[in-house]
Order: sequence, then structure tokens, then C-alpha cells
Amino acid sequence: MSKQFRIKGTGRVDPSRPINFTFDGKSYTGHQGDTLASALLANGVHLVGRSFKYHRPRGILGIGADEPNALVGIRRDAARYTPNLLATQVELYEGLNAVSQNRNPSLEHDRMEVNDKWLSRFIPAGFYYKTFMWPKSAWDKWYEPRIREAAGLGVAPSQPDPDVYTQRYAHCDVLVIGAGPAGLAAAKEAAATGARVILADDRPVMGGSLLAAADTNISGEGEDWYSAGAWRKEVLAFLEKQPNVTLLPRTIAFGYYPHNWIGLCEKLTDHLAVLARGAPRERLWQVRAAQVVIATGAIERPLVFPENDRPGIMLADAARTYLQEYGVAVGQKVAVVTAHDSGYRAAHELKAVGVDIAVIADIRGRSVVSDRAVQAGLNVLTEAKIEGTSGKLRVSSITMTAAGMRSNFACDAVLMAGGFTPSVHLFSQSRGKLVWDNKLQAYLPGDSAEAERSAGASRGRFALAEALADGVDAGREAAQAAGFTPGTPAFHPQVTVKHAIGSGGYLGAAPTSADLSKAKAFVDWQNDVTAKDIVLATREGFLSIEHVKRYTTTGMATDQGKLSNINALGIVSEATGRSIPQIGLTTFRTPYTPITFGTLAGHARGMLFDPARVTAINDWAVAQGAAFEDVGNWKRAHYFPKHGEDLHAAVNRECLGVRKSVGIFDASTLGKIEIVGPDAAEFMNRFFVNAWTKLGVGKCRYGVLLREDGFVTDDGVVGRVAKDRFHVTTTTGGAARVLGMMEDYLQTEWGDLKVWLTSTTEQWSVIAVQGPKAREVIAPLIEDLDVSAEAFPHMSIGDGKICGVPLRLMRVSFTGELGFEVNVPSGYGRMVWEAIWERGKAFDMVPYGTETMHVLRAEKGYIIVGQETDGTVTPDDAGLGWAIGKAKPDFVGKRSLQRPALTAPDRKQLVGLISSDGRTVLEEGAQIVDPAAPKVPIGHVTSSYYSAVLGKPIALALVRGGRQRLGESLYVPMPDSVIGVQVAPTVFFDPEGARVNV
Amino acid sequence: MLIINCPYCGARPELEFAYGGQAHIDRPVQPADLNDEDWTGYLYLRENTKGIHAERWRHLHGCARFFNALRDTRTDHFLATYKVGEKAPEVTRP
Amino acid sequence: MSDLTLVSPAASHKEAGSAAVASPFTGHSKVIAPLGHFGRAVLRVSEDLIDAVSERLGVTLPREANRSATQDDLSALWLGPDEWLLISSEPHDSWAASLQQKLGDALVALVDVSHRQVALGLESPHVEDLLASGCALDLREAAFPVGACTRTMFDKAEVVLWRTGAHSFHIEVWRSFARYVEGLLRIAEEEG
Repeated sequence: MSKQFRIKGTGRVDPSRPINFTFDGKSYTGHQGDTLASALLANGVHLVGRSFKYHRPRGILGIGADEPNALVGIRRDAARYTPNLLATQVELYEGLNAVSQNRNPSLEHDRMEVNDKWLSRFIPAGFYYKTFMWPKSAWDKWYEPRIREAAGLGVAPSQPDPDVYTQRYAHCDVLVIGAGPAGLAAAKEAAATGARVILADDRPVMGGSLLAAADTNISGEGEDWYSAGAWRKEVLAFLEKQPNVTLLPRTIAFGYYPHNWIGLCEKLTDHLAVLARGAPRERLWQVRAAQVVIATGAIERPLVFPENDRPGIMLADAARTYLQEYGVAVGQKVAVVTAHDSGYRAAHELKAVGVDIAVIADIRGRSVVSDRAVQAGLNVLTEAKIEGTSGKLRVSSITMTAAGMRSNFACDAVLMAGGFTPSVHLFSQSRGKLVWDNKLQAYLPGDSAEAERSAGASRGRFALAEALADGVDAGREAAQAAGFTPGTPAFHPQVTVKHAIGSGGYLGAAPTSADLSKAKAFVDWQNDVTAKDIVLATREGFLSIEHVKRYTTTGMATDQGKLSNINALGIVSEATGRSIPQIGLTTFRTPYTPITFGTLAGHARGMLFDPARVTAINDWAVAQGAAFEDVGNWKRAHYFPKHGEDLHAAVNRECLGVRKSVGIFDASTLGKIEIVGPDAAEFMNRFFVNAWTKLGVGKCRYGVLLREDGFVTDDGVVGRVAKDRFHVTTTTGGAARVLGMMEDYLQTEWGDLKVWLTSTTEQWSVIAVQGPKAREVIAPLIEDLDVSAEAFPHMSIGDGKICGVPLRLMRVSFTGELGFEVNVPSGYGRMVWEAIWERGKAFDMVPYGTETMHVLRAEKGYIIVGQETDGTVTPDDAGLGWAIGKAKPDFVGKRSLQRPALTAPDRKQLVGLISSDGRTVLEEGAQIVDPAAPKVPIGHVTSSYYSAVLGKPIALALVRGGRQRLGESLYVPMPDSVIGVQVAPTVFFDPEGARVNV
Repeated sequence: MLIINCPYCGARPELEFAYGGQAHIDRPVQPADLNDEDWTGYLYLRENTKGIHAERWRHLHGCARFFNALRDTRTDHFLATYKVGEKAPEVTRP
Repeated sequence: MSDLTLVSPAASHKEAGSAAVASPFTGHSKVIAPLGHFGRAVLRVSEDLIDAVSERLGVTLPREANRSATQDDLSALWLGPDEWLLISSEPHDSWAASLQQKLGDALVALVDVSHRQVALGLESPHVEDLLASGCALDLREAAFPVGACTRTMFDKAEVVLWRTGAHSFHIEVWRSFARYVEGLLRIAEEEG
């Protein structure tokens, strides 16, 4: 069967290289160079899908990115199934396995066809909005599951995507989008000036309409003439040789973003039969172009007439292109309905290869073009009305009326030529203003918002000579605007053609005697929107095109109205008696065509999804079998399970180990900032709530930081290492935020201060050694620093050496035990850690993780910013009022602390909670109620743990007026029970604080 | 991605910058002297400009300096950038 | 990428007179290789003292944005209008302290960050493409000549890029981000 539709000697496919493929399980053969669509057509297959709503049989309508019907799934293997690909863009490869969509069980027999046959008059536009309103209870159980089952095209793959996707940033002087005649001419001109040029085209072969140009010649700069194909080859050969040119075939420009930032998606492997392992499937190019030339061509417009959607009915220039590019005749007996001269061109060229032209029906009047067709022996009707078509799974005849005569023409294909719509999507995305051109009946690019220009058919220059000249000018102007000078005067090639594209076009519903309120004359094939639906929408009061779009769904889904928008506008215009510019235009959104999530994600998946920050000690913890948790981007050891311990067993053991003897903890992730300069103390005074002036060198203090609104935003221990130098620590998650906030005040408010800030977070590995034996463990390793209790009391800081490397030692405790934080340059962190670990073995030292750290600090009532605080907690609320330097005239947040709401007596205050049953560990976040008024929560649990050393659960909570409620009984209502709690002080263990001072 | 002209480093991609809100709001020298209403205004009240907006940016992942910019909120086009402490330049709408 | 793990064989760099400085990197290739240990310090100097400080350090602090200067083993990289990254190829544990001594009573801030960051060297005729996999800057030699340096982003990690030759770059990255940057560059290298 395939032979009779393949025209020998035509097109760029290679008949010597047959390619086997399957469609819905059936085997076919195509040629190297085919698309799935051209190969199917070559095999006489038009029926490729069922429509979205009515499940009507649908065929291939177009040839490129505008195809609304031929959506297929391509299956390579279990994990590589891609739904909703356009058969017109899928390149054929050996073994290609394509399946149709939206049909059950097969394309030929589809159960949902009842939607079309019996139900369609009950499901007009807006049907959903009108019908599924009541009863409310039916929505969850009945409507939604069934609508979801019926809705949607294609099936999502069920396995993770095994492919890799890559990305690249690029910069160029001139980005040319589209490699048709205008784009090639522009790229050539720009490249000749020396400008860096990127030329991108979505198709595998560059040339655009030149690839289908028959009997067309283009003049060179001398006496020479080239066929269209030879001219294309010549230009591409020139461009390929230029070191300043990057050619990107199979690359779609999907988005135009501010400041000439363009997103390109390059398809790298979808056309290959065999995939190399690990080779990226797609590459995202993010291009910054000094100048952009948009040469995206035009989209052919269908005609809206009754039953215009049967398989075999397609766009005329698409059919002509299938012939000239792929050597495929779309039928044996073809009818042409046209409102544009290009319909005649298609008829002439098809006739030339022996296709029978049943009729050319022109809805316009007689013309030179129609006369010429008659002279060529073609059967032409003018001023024709198109009444309808017939045929079940393929069009078999078309009916029209002309000169009062109604006639029926048998055919196996109908070609529609409604004219061309410039592809202004990217221009519109760039926020350029579109202008309605009455003569061309099209929206054209008007004033630019970005450094771009359109060229060729994308701005209505449809004829080849016009498009080439426009491309030449655009390329030169773009290069000039980017600072380059063309060396030669502009040359506009001359063109000779046998059949010109001509002019014409039509918008809206084509003339017919049929009653369009009953007939199905499709406007939007993909969304099954008919002329009737649009008229209905206007009758129901939807006048703005944006509203019509949402009510009827015209212009939605993957094709975004590429074919339908202009006809929809024409129908609204006619129905409402307003001009098209008055009706407006819907927004052209990115992406121009669907792109994969993989393209956008790139390598950001798995371990590279986000930077996984690791400390110098990380690998030791991994080797010890630690469980990890994410803290911001950091990987932190959560706990160190032994012999199959769970979290709780490990944490209980770790906690007791620290309290009884000594533990070791990697605190390297704590933020660190070195503050240096003669005004360092003054800066600290202004920034933190505390008073710093009197803090002696070698001493530490716990600092609290507020936002200007008075709420706690960070905390940490600060050591003064010299008169003009502070070592500030922050929370792990707050490091960047605190430094940013400091820089903000310093650079923009306190220019008078001589002080500088440097992040030292990663300069230091911080090894916390905590517990009664901490000093015994580390002292023998330390030189040049006396760490005795007398010389180095709690809250001291000093520099020395440990294991022969530089040491900055802080005697601080977040556990309530004798504790040190050993800071060493992080390249030595692992070595020093292991040295301490070796010595610690004699003391049964335990490594502990962040969970134990949390429990130990909660036993002492130490807050964690972000856990006890949530951005609405003042220092007083958190029990930190003591830290405030009362005598200071100002500090960040001080004024806000006087605001009435922040001084109210019934604010939530931090308290401890003890479960009355002595067993239940409360849930963090649980609400707390007062039995006297149980309906209103008076607070919530912020931290809750089992305390091994106390043998009972403990919790911290923010409770309204909490400090006045010590000893009161409150309740924590949970889904299955109500838990009684008693309000307690926040310090559960060693309330005198004796243990830190040994 | 926007291109932002850092007054110190020149034109650089947006991903190196951090936005800093409305510009030219000086922290009161003596906050204690402000009544609650004025202090609330300083804390919370900002313009919601349609048009040319003076705003703060920081070249966070570049020279790390704060600076000010005039940006047209309708088009995202920057009309000027200038250093902290300088007066906003006179600009005319493009 | 599946073969990137959090654990590596500890590559180390031994320097004279001090303990081995551990490297977080996981390997090296002809194109991408760890550069070993450097002395590093952040120097903050106000405009009026640039000349005096340059003299004391023995290297002229570049005033031009994103430019570097090298004298003997000491390089000064402009990172901001009052900020330079000093890099010494002959590091020792008291290097920053000795630098501080040279500066004397000059009203500047010097902070030792020798271990805060680590360095990767890239060398390839395609080094610009390699970096374009994660860096949005135009790194052609005309725009970013030999000696140019800047803080910027490589994918989601902050780095300092320093062009050391037509085909070579020195990348400074904070230690905890080292494997992330290395992993992405290795992928770019494999993809060619």
C-alpha cells in the first residue's frame, strides 16, 4: 500500500534506507528522513487520534509544531514512554514504537464515541460549569472521578525518567530564531560582519520553507542563479565554516524572557534508534543575546466549515510540503477548499506528480489565479459555499454550492487553504506590541520592548523574495545594533517561481448554507471547540476574548491556539459586530511548545538537586554508620546507632554518655563571622541586644539578635578575640541571613563605622567536646593555652595549638555540662577529630548527633531559634529579657519592643511542660488549652523529648501568660486522647548550673 | 533573567543579585523619639509603585555591595543604578 | 548522578612544616584537578589606604573591578571596591599572621580564610564551554581576559573564578560546596 502514496524522486527522504516502525502495534516502513506523520501518510494512514471531548476520529492536519490532532505516545522501554508528542515532529528511527491516544479500545472503535454521536448536543461549551453544580455531595464521589477518567490526553510514564538532561549558558551578538529563508539570510548577513551568531531551528534540517520550494530559483550576487535547495546548501555551508556561528538544529526557542534572555531546548537523542548510555537527551540553552532576529515564519490557517475534521482533511500547504519534502502524496483524489492563492499552488504541484484534483473550491470570486488553474485543466468553483463532508474514518466526499448548484465530490483528502498567520508568539512574549494589519488580516509585530526585530513571514513578508530581503536587512541591522559593521552593501536576491504563494485569506466561519448552530464546524481541533460554541459564548455574554477562551477552552492545551486563535477572533467579531482589534488577543504564554520537565531540571536531581554541603568530619560520621538529616543544605549526623538501635535507643544512650562522661559532636556547620575594626564593639552594640563594650578580650557572651520589628531572628555565642576583633557564631541556618543583615546595616545605615565582616563558617571545623570529662580528654592535646578551670573558666575564648595545628578554643556549653568547642582550620578538622576520638576512648566518649544535642539543650531550657521562636517571639517571650543591654540607647529592634502589642501582659511565654502521666512524649506543635476555657488554645508545644537522665518526658512550650502559670494543670488535646500537663520552669536539669563551672 | 548594572562591576546576571526592597528609607537616627505610628510606618509601610521604583539591590554573589536602582515595574527595565548615599538620578521614561 | 557519594578517599596535600591539609575533592582528570593548598586571606582596605597597603604587602592591589595582580607567590584578587582575596602559593599555618605583621598598624581588616575554601584548576581548550554548563557569565577571553577574577555563581554554589591562562581557570569554592561543584564539572567534562 505504501508505494502508491510515495512519489519517487521527490523530497529529501532516502528511499535506499528503509526504516521499520510500528503504530498501534501494526508494522510499517518509512524512509530515512521521514517524520512519523510523513511515514504514516506514505502508508496511506490518516487516522491517528481521537478528539479530546467528542472522541471523533482525527487525522494529521498539519506538518509542524501547530499540529493539533496527531498526538502520539512514543515508547522506547518501560521507563521511556513520552505521551503527547506530535507525529509531525517525531523523527522516524528503526524500531520506533508509536501508539495513539484517547481511544479505547482502538482508534477504529472507541467507546467514548457516544460523546459525539448521542451526547454532543448535551455537552456544549460551558457544560461543566453548568452541570456539575449540584448536588454538592456528588462531586467527590461521582463527578470528579469520572471527569478525571474522561479528561486528559496521553498517559504519564509510570517510572522515573532514566534519561539525563543537560544545560548550557550562551552569549551571542545575534540570535536568529528560525532557519527558513529569512532566518538563513539574516544569519548569513550577521555572521559576515564578524558578530557571534546563534541560529536555532526546531527541525532536524535547516531551511524551513526552502525545503519544500519547487521550481524556485534564487539569484546570487554575480550572474549565477541557484535552485532554492542549492541556495540553502550554499548558505548553510558558509555558516558551518564560520567560527563565530553556532548552528542549533532540533532546537526550539520556547520562551522569550526579559533583557533578551531566550530559552532554547535542543533535542539530542530522541531521533536515535540506539541511545548511548548516559548521553543527555536534551540540552537547555539559556542564551543572552545582544540582538534577536525572530524569523519564525507563519502558521497556515484552516477553514471553518461543517465536518471539517474528518481524517484526510488537512492544511493545503502542509499537504504540498509533505509532497515536496518527503515525497508523499496525501491522497489519490484530492479536493481543495481555499481562500488563498496558496491553495492553487498546492493543487498545481500535486497534479504535477499525478494526483487527481477533484475540485478547487474558492470561497472568493474569480481571479487571475483561478483562471490560470482552469487553463491548466483544473476544475475550479468560485464563490463557493462549503456545506459539509462525509466519510467515517476518512473523508470520502465533500459537498459545496457554487453558482446555485450543490455538488458532491468524491475524494480521499480535502486540503484547506485559509491563509497564513504570522507566528508572533515570541515577539509577544518579549512584550512587544502587536498591531492589527487590515490588509493582511493579521496581527503583526509593532513596537519592540526588547532588542529584537522580526523578519520574513513572521511579520507578514510571505513571498520568498520579500522574506529573503527582509532577512538580509534584519541580519545586517541586528549586527549593526550589536556594534558590528557590514563590509558590503546589502544584496537582495531575486527570485523566480513557477507557482507563487500569492495572497488572500479568510477569518472566521467560511460561507455555508448549513446551520452552524447545528453543524460541527471546528475552530479548535485539539479542544473540540466549534463555531457554534464560540457563538454560544458571545450570546451568553462573554465578550472579551480572554473570557471566550476560558468558557469554550478554545486556544488552550498544548497547541495554545496556534491554528485556532485567529478564526475564533473572526467568529467573535462577526457575532458581536466589533472589529478584531476591539476584541483583543489572548496572551501568548511560554513555552511556545511543550517542553519536558527534564529540560528545566537539568542535572538538578538526586545528589545534585541542591548542593549537599558536608563538613570536614562528614566522612568519618558516614564511616561510623551515622544517620543523617538535612539542615538547610547541610548534611548533619542525626544520631550514631549501635547494633541496630533505633533513634530513641541511640539518643538515650548518647545523652547519658555525655552527662556521665563525655561526648563529641560536629558543630562545624554553625555560622561564624569575624568582625574586625576599631568600631567592632560599637557595631556589636548597635546590632545585638546585648551590651558588648565591657566584654573582656578572651571572654564569650551569648548574643541575641532581633529584626527591626523586635522579634528574635538569631542567636549565638560571641567571643572577643582582640579589642578590635569578635568571633561571632550564628545558627546553622542563619549564617548567610545574619551576615547579609549585618552588611545591610553596615553598608546602608552605619557608614560611619570602621568595621569589616568576613564569613569564617568554613574556615573552622568545630569539634564540641562536652561532658564532665571534657577537659581531661582535650587538655593533653593542647599547647600554648592553659585550659585549667581557673585560667579558662566557662565562657572563655583563646588561641593556641592542638595536635600541632592552630586552635581557637571556646569554653561554651549547649548541654549544661563542662564543654569546649575546639575550632581548628577545617583542613585539619578530620585529623584533630580523630585524635580527640582516640583519646576519648579511654573515657567511653560517645559521638552524638543533632538529636541528642537537641535533647540535652532542652533539658537545660536553651532555646533553638526557629523551634522555640517563629518570628513572633520577643526576647522576653523566650525568657531572654536578661540578655538585653538595658542602658543602650538603641539597638536593632529596641524601639519595636516598646510597641503596645509587644509589651502586652498576656503574650505567649516560654515555659516547661511535664506530662502528668510521666510517660507521654507530647507532639511538637500540639495545641494547649486551659480547662477553665478549653475552646481557645492558649499556646503550643515547641520542643518535646524523652529525657533519659530524668527518666521522663520533657517539653518546652509557648503559653499565654505562661510564667504566671507555673504549677497549673493544662491540657493538650490530641485526636485520640487528652493529655494532662503541668506548667514547669524551663530548666529541667541542674537548675543551679553547677555542672558547667567545673 | 534580568541584567543588572552593578555600579561597581557592570552588567551582570540577576542570579548574582539579591533584592532589597524600596530604597531611600533611612533608619531613624533616634528611634526612641518616634511615636508608635511613625515607627510602624518606618517598619511596614512601603510604596506599591506602578512605574519607576527606586529600590535596593545587593550584588550578593559579586562585589557584595548594596546599591540602588530605578526600575520600571511595568517593563522590568532598569533606568539607572547608583551607589548607596547618592541621590537618585533624574530619568525620563523611555 | 549516581556515582557521586558523600565519602571520598581522602586526597591530601602535605606542606612543609605542618600537618596534611585534607582535600574534599574526589579525584582528578587532565581537565579538572584539585590545585592543592593555598594561603588565603580576605583583605578589606578603604580607598585612601590602598597605595600604602600595597606597598607593605609587596603587591599592588588592583583598583579596577574584577582584576588581579601577582607578585612572587602572592596574588591579590579584586572582589569588591574595598575587598581583595589574597592568595599565596606558599602557605603555612602562620602565613596570615605574618601578613598581619607586614600590615602593621594600617587600618584594615585581614581575616585568614586559608581553609574556608579550596581550589580546582580547569585546563582545556574548551574551558569556556565547561564553565558555561553552570556559569551565566560571558567568559570569552575578550570579556574575561587572563587575570580577570570575580565572585559569581556556578549553578547553585558561589565560587570565585580566576582566569589564569587562555585555557585555564582557578576556581575557589567554599569547602562544603566542593563536591557539588566538582560533580557538576565532571558531568560537563564527560558530556564534552
